[in-house]
Amino acid sequence: MRSISLRILASVTALAVMGSLSAMAEELPELVINEDIEMVTRTKAPAHLENLDEIRSGWTFRTKETQAFQMDDFDNPGMIFVDQALDTWETVDGAAGKSCASCHEGPESMAGMRASMPKWNDDAGAVWTMEMYINDCRENRMQADAWGWKSQPMLNMNALISLQSRGMPVDVKIDGPAQSTWEKGKEMYYTRYGQLELSCANCHEQNYDNYIRADHLSQGQINGFPVYRLKQANLITSHNRFRGCIRDTRAETFSEGSPEFIALELYVSSRGNGLSVEAPSVRN
Amino acid sequence: MRYGKLRAGATALAAAGLGAAFFGSALAAELAPQQVVYDEGKVSESLSGVPGDVEAGRKVMITRGQGNCIACHEVTALKEVPFHGEVGPTLDGAGERWSEAELRGIVANSKMTFEDSMMPSFYKVSGYIRPGNAFTGKAAKTAELPPLLTAQQIEDVVAYLLTLKE
Ligand code: HEC
Ligand code: HEC
Repeated sequence: MRSISLRILASVTALAVMGSLSAMAEELPELVINEDIEMVTRTKAPAHLENLDEIRSGWTFRTKETQAFQMDDFDNPGMIFVDQALDTWETVDGAAGKSCASCHEGPESMAGMRASMPKWNDDAGAVWTMEMYINDCRENRMQADAWGWKSQPMLNMNALISLQSRGMPVDVKIDGPAQSTWEKGKEMYYTRYGQLELSCANCHEQNYDNYIRADHLSQGQINGFPVYRLKQANLITSHNRFRGCIRDTRAETFSEGSPEFIALELYVSSRGNGLSVEAPSVRN
Repeated sequence: MRYGKLRAGATALAAAGLGAAFFGSALAAELAPQQVVYDEGKVSESLSGVPGDVEAGRKVMITRGQGNCIACHEVTALKEVPFHGEVGPTLDGAGERWSEAELRGIVANSKMTFEDSMMPSFYKVSGYIRPGNAFTGKAAKTAELPPLLTAQQIEDVVAYLLTLKE
């Protein structure tokens, strides 16, 4: 439909307005964190993803200024929250008199966890997210109160645990007992919600790399979550982002932690199988 | 279909010069979203009965809470307004490519012209999945939603689009 030249023209206009014409001249940059950890920010799409050849991390769509925040941990504002979680990790809480460290030693023991999240939990007979695993420890092993899904200690701990998988490829299982949940998430991804009748796929599959007003659309990947959002000056979860996107279609959204969003998280995660875990990444 | 007939009746009345007298002028003039008849996407009858205003249409095109058309379309004539999207085709020359009836149909309900279009239907009130109360994220308060644009706003936008000649 649109000719190439037209697209280029439109992006020149958009970029010129944003004052970063220089970005045009360059190829997509590589993400190397702390001049050490090399990230896979673009790779071949997983086999189950019929409509894309290549998957790209949200980082590749951001401005140079936003990208820079994520290239060095000293510049990454999300790390403040990771530090707070490190203290929490060692802090005894609850009737059992235990901290995370009592059972797990250091947080490095959590390496690999984020890369496979969310995943099927056999005992529970359901797909579980990071928040659910964390609260299971709090309630049943520490005999402490569960943390709210959006509470600061939950966001922080999610970021600390996710960081232990940074650089590992996302590898979410979609078959076996998780399959029906995955199918449900997939159906949601292609549902045109709200009065604007827009699906995730309309924006993030058919139009990634296009501008919608001032926003440069990404593929809506969640390998960088929880992300630090400059606008909110805090960490946010993928469920929070899903809510915002569905709300923007003039729809009734689902809530954080709902079975619908757990299914959607599984499906969207699986679309990023092969990208590096980037948490906590930084967005505007 | 039922509405189609009703409208045809109303049009016949109007043609006979009886419309205004029968309904009262404002009422007779405006077509509700459910009454609009699409003929292969085209809508030949004015939705409001009042000619569109080009300047008002321009405002609808660029205003976020209204048409926000430039969120998805590039329009050279509006280039002093920042941030035009790339989701739909440029609207330059749209007034030459399409007739008034075609443009009215595209803006009122683009899906009647372009199957499965990503363009929102601006003059439609039901048939949504999880319709919300505007941008609150909460459920809609009524079974039928107010359309995204009023009949007059659509006439205004159509008048504006007709000025886009290359
Ligand atoms: C009307 C367009 C639109 C729709 C529909 C939409 N999004 Fe988004 N989404 C955006 C925009 C704009 C952003 C911010 C820029 C970006 O990353 O694309 C965004 C960002 C995201 C991000 C953050 C990506 C990152 O790397 O930070 C995720 C995840 C996401 N969307 C998922 C979804 C899912 C899942 C759905 C469907 C439930 C959805 N979106 C529907 C427009 C949309
Ligand atoms: C969310 C995106 C979106 C918005 C908002 C939007 N459009 Fe569109 N529009 C499209 C797409 C996509 C097409 C291409 C038709 C197709 O294949 O679906 C289109 C096609 C059109 C066309 C036909 C263009 C041509 O010459 O081929 C016109 C005219 C048009 N739109 C006008 C408008 C007006 C006026 C508004 C606002 C009142 C508007 N659009 C808002 C996405 C959008």
